[in-house]
Amino acid sequence: MNTRPPSAPDIRWTMSLVVLGLAAAWALLHAPLADPQTPKTALFWVATAGIATLAIAGIRRLAAIDGPAMYASATAALFGLWILYFWQLFTVALEVPRVLLPAPTLIGAAFAEHLGTLQTDFVQTVVKAVALGWLLGSGLGFVVGVAIDRLPFLQRGLLPLASLTSTIPLVGVAPIAVMWFGFDWPSKAAVVVLMTFFPMLVSTLAGLQASDRLERELMHSYAAGYQRTLWSLRLPAAMPFLISALKVNATLALIGAIVAEFFGSPTSGLGFRISTEATRMNMGLVWAAVAVAAVTGSVVYAALVALERRVAFWHPSIRGKK
Amino acid sequence: MATTTSSPALGVVQRLGSQVLPVLLIVLASLLAWYALTVYLNAPGAIERVLEPKGPWTWRDLLAATMSVPRPVLPAPHQVALDLYSSLVDWPLDSPRNLLFHVAVTGQSTLVGFAMGTALGLVLSVCIVHSRTLDRALLPWIVASQSVPVLAIAPIVLVILGTMGFSGVAPKAVIAMYLCFFPVTVAMVQGLRSPQVIETEMLHTYAATRWQALWLLRMPAALPFLFPALRVGIAAGLVGAMVAELPTGAQAGLGARLLTGSYYGQTVQIWSALVMSALLGLTLTAAMAGIETLVLGKRKQL
Repeated sequence: MNTRPPSAPDIRWTMSLVVLGLAAAWALLHAPLADPQTPKTALFWVATAGIATLAIAGIRRLAAIDGPAMYASATAALFGLWILYFWQLFTVALEVPRVLLPAPTLIGAAFAEHLGTLQTDFVQTVVKAVALGWLLGSGLGFVVGVAIDRLPFLQRGLLPLASLTSTIPLVGVAPIAVMWFGFDWPSKAAVVVLMTFFPMLVSTLAGLQASDRLERELMHSYAAGYQRTLWSLRLPAAMPFLISALKVNATLALIGAIVAEFFGSPTSGLGFRISTEATRMNMGLVWAAVAVAAVTGSVVYAALVALERRVAFWHPSIRGKK
Repeated sequence: MATTTSSPALGVVQRLGSQVLPVLLIVLASLLAWYALTVYLNAPGAIERVLEPKGPWTWRDLLAATMSVPRPVLPAPHQVALDLYSSLVDWPLDSPRNLLFHVAVTGQSTLVGFAMGTALGLVLSVCIVHSRTLDRALLPWIVASQSVPVLAIAPIVLVILGTMGFSGVAPKAVIAMYLCFFPVTVAMVQGLRSPQVIETEMLHTYAATRWQALWLLRMPAALPFLFPALRVGIAAGLVGAMVAELPTGAQAGLGARLLTGSYYGQTVQIWSALVMSALLGLTLTAAMAGIETLVLGKRKQL
């Protein structure tokens, strides 16, 4: 492993390499060489290979730098940027059919053009079905978990069954939910509630067992009752479990709502948009809707990580970070 | 369990009492609740469509009617069980009326996709562990993809593969593949890195090559990380294969069965397909757990 500390000229060299690569890439993208109309000569391929070499060299050098975490994130960002670039270059220059793979700029254009539609879809799927179902399902799982905390018999009965549900394609209940709750968002929210309930229940039960004997005995020696112990020791100790369940559930909720819309929905919603526009071969809008779902998932995840740092600041996995 | 080991039979009885009994009671209670819901949900329809036309009726008639109305809001458990049983017994295996036929179709694409996804995940995780560039450039994206609903791109994959002329198992397997691939890669990177520095250094003093270190130390150390990911992956792959059957209007498969059931309002058919897919999911995961016990064997108990 290469573990030398970063020296100033080293970083400067790397940065120049990265900038040089990006400049050359920009030039090629706008050069007549990459125009869809010009026949692709050897020159185009040589230029492309040259840029690819520059790109790889830049990423390799950036990845080799030790030091602040910033460099690691920069490497990932640069890699993502290059992927986008070659995606753009090849789809435009080689005239890849839009059905197969639309260029990123085309997806961006579709996003801007259908902003209103996507906004309605976002409200329909995320704000109504996902948010409500996620809160309700996770909340119910938590409440049931705390409620049966003092009933070991029920725990032993529920825990194995609740764990088994993770192996079952629960999203298949979508057609039944549509029959019971109609085509609109309540049926999607119901699917999400069902999907998020069990992971939260399992995590709550595990989290409530997380405080160790010594800590519980300390609370006992303070003459703390059940409620006081629950509130001051066991729930805070359960926080990392609860938040990781919320993270898992956020992804599950998005998947549940989107897939449930594949089964049948009114004329809006991200899942509806993706499936109907895909059958109409309007791939720009499909990719834009997927991007909205992906960004939503990442933002919620990032928010939950931030929340975790606040409420579970004492946990060893967080304590070390600034 | 702190059971007294005086008699093995006593241990078994205690185990039954403390672990199996609660589960059985919960299952029983759920079944009773299901029956109660069946009566409650089907009563209005049963009264309107079955009992009213026939004249006066008692609550016994009502009870019987709620369990036998055509297209019930919620079929009773025994109706689902009977439908399941008759579909398995009354029809030949290659008939679309037989649920095992659909299980075979969905299970096949799940397993093919699972195998491809696992292989891809293994190769990629080995590359990531050995390349600092890939580790820094690619791994963050794979980890981030865990928080993104990747299943949403299933219709895109279907369209792309459809225009390229692939149909049948291939598109479904590809979707199952990429759903399996992410958890396997993330877990394997973690697992391949799990050996202690002292162990890696020992292999270094033996002048072991990278490949020997991979094969003799990293791979065995990674197995306990791999299997949970495989269980997650195969469950995700099953969901992927079922979802892949929706937009194509596929004729066969559990997902297609669910969809046709909802088109024609055949509630019993939906429920039996649902139960069958749950059984398939449980079987696949149980098979993975079985392989895990076979491979890891005693290591797990240590």
